[in-house]
Amino acid sequence: MRTPSTLAEKIWERHVVHRADGEPDLLYVDLHLVHEVTSPQAFEGLRLAGRSVRRPDLTVATMDHNVPTIAGPVDPVSRTQMETLERNCTQAGITLFPTGDLGQGIVHVIGPQMGLTQPGLMIVCGDSHTSTHGAFGALAIGIGTSEVEHVLATQTLPQRTPKTMAVTVEGELPAGVSAKDVILGIIARIGTDGGVGHVVEYRGSAIRSLSMEGRMTVCNMSIEAGARAGMVAPDETTFAYLEGRPNAPIGSEWDEALEDWRSLPTDEGAAFDKEVAFDAADLRPHVSWGTNPGQTVTIDDVVPEPADETAERALAYMDLRPGTAIRDIRPDTIFIGSCTNSRIEDLREAARILDGRKVREGLRAMVVPGSMLVKRQAEREGLDTVFADAGFEWRDAGCSMCLGMNPDQLSPGERCASTSNRNFEGRQGKGGRTHLVSPAVAAATAVLGHFAAPEDLDG
Amino acid sequence: MKPFTEHTGRALPLDRSDVDTDQIVPARYLRRIERSGFGPFLFAEWRKDPDFVLNRPEFAGATILLAGPNFGSGSSREHAVWALEDAGFRTVIAPSFADIFRTNCLKIGVLPVELAQESVRALMDAVLDDPTTEITVDLQALRVSAPAVHEAFEIDPYTRWRLLEGLDDIELTLRNADAIDAYERARPARLPAVTRA
Repeated sequence: MRTPSTLAEKIWERHVVHRADGEPDLLYVDLHLVHEVTSPQAFEGLRLAGRSVRRPDLTVATMDHNVPTIAGPVDPVSRTQMETLERNCTQAGITLFPTGDLGQGIVHVIGPQMGLTQPGLMIVCGDSHTSTHGAFGALAIGIGTSEVEHVLATQTLPQRTPKTMAVTVEGELPAGVSAKDVILGIIARIGTDGGVGHVVEYRGSAIRSLSMEGRMTVCNMSIEAGARAGMVAPDETTFAYLEGRPNAPIGSEWDEALEDWRSLPTDEGAAFDKEVAFDAADLRPHVSWGTNPGQTVTIDDVVPEPADETAERALAYMDLRPGTAIRDIRPDTIFIGSCTNSRIEDLREAARILDGRKVREGLRAMVVPGSMLVKRQAEREGLDTVFADAGFEWRDAGCSMCLGMNPDQLSPGERCASTSNRNFEGRQGKGGRTHLVSPAVAAATAVLGHFAAPEDLDG
Repeated sequence: MKPFTEHTGRALPLDRSDVDTDQIVPARYLRRIERSGFGPFLFAEWRKDPDFVLNRPEFAGATILLAGPNFGSGSSREHAVWALEDAGFRTVIAPSFADIFRTNCLKIGVLPVELAQESVRALMDAVLDDPTTEITVDLQALRVSAPAVHEAFEIDPYTRWRLLEGLDDIELTLRNADAIDAYERARPARLPAVTRA
């Protein structure tokens, strides 16, 4: 009888191109996502070595990290970076979705949107949030620029076998608790290095109940727990999302694909190297208080006493005192966007809460849709009007204030309720203070002017 | 890649845990398309504090970075390693590293050395006590040596060989070009290829 295997092991095995004792496995890459920031040096490396792009047809590029989200002049250095991507893609025959194209958007939003992200695939990108694609039951790994060059040249990547980890969340999510709270709750429990060296599979009824957008949010932040990848087994929710998308299989190939995808989930009795389990009923809306995503508590908590020097530094940087109720903290800015929470469902959820309400006076608030197609969809549903009427700016697609690379940045000392993924020092701009939250909490916070759960608006 | 066999130098004690790559190089410096010249942006925010270790004259010229656990977490930006390399660092010694950062280091020949927290602490104390303390990292012998500290470290034999020889990963992979061809011939036709649709 076949040894029971995990989802990750099954995908790994079918991608082994070359295996030898003592060497890392050489894995085939089905889809390589490329963007303007981590690729120019890789293309330059290829040129210097006289190599070419092996499979432009398995490579797709977009501009996201450094694009403007508002009309206006672009600084010359940024323009050069974007023009360089355009030139590299043209020369190599790689499909590019540049700024101004309806297909443009955050790399982890457009892959799924186009139906390129499919179960069972090996996907890489020069970005740590590549784990997002694991929501489809793909093995998706973030890589550095040297590895980008390696994949461009060979369509393969040497990889050490990871360990496997099961994170199981059983039960029903309480009202007001979203996928973002699930993953923040997980990171708060296992820590920022709890997943190092592991591919995490999210399991259990609470995970199964999530939409594809929600699963992407969970998988997206796997790297914040240090994991090499995060994934969810494909099921009917996955198939329903994929069916009819531009690059999804059709006709007999769809049937063939379905049969294959149904064979992917972890076998009964398969062993994980590490297992943790939580009860969904214990989850509440989460808010980070510190400078790493593990420094997170629930909306009902207070800023904790610092347990070590790192926490003391974090409190000083965030200008917070232990014992302060999270609900008493007042942000200056609300950011809804990023590869974690910028999909149509995220925008619908925030808009539902903002409908007929106003952003608290004095607050700056912006929505940056994950892709231009998400933006168009939202406009068709009238969400842009809801956001604008509430007092939010309605921007073009990009990574924007998640990483503070384009002009969308916090000023020193500015405090932000952000639906993004990292609250590192200066992440959203020099001296900026980031609190990670869900779209629902961001919206409720925008209305009340202090951190709040959606339920706080009912009173 | 520049081979790494043995390195002796003075060390910079960065006594912080979870140092993420946004601290090593903030995003606003990633607009450049070059691979070199990132050294001046290393720890760009922290170094604005005149007391930050990187600014202290007694540690000038350090080539070994000592740091706390989970070093290099966060963003995949290889620019972080380029900045360390450009600023003269040949090796980083810490209790643990984030996966992508470690891989990036190994691709370009900056050696990440994992030692027990007490050993890293002992090295930091030695360096804080006497900044002229020299540390030797020997990849042949898999040993870290300082006057009061002698520790073995581990690295997988394949990576060690690649670093010692200074071998380029792409070159090594292309030795298996036939296997890649064969794999591609057997790939199911239904797998997606990129279209503009």
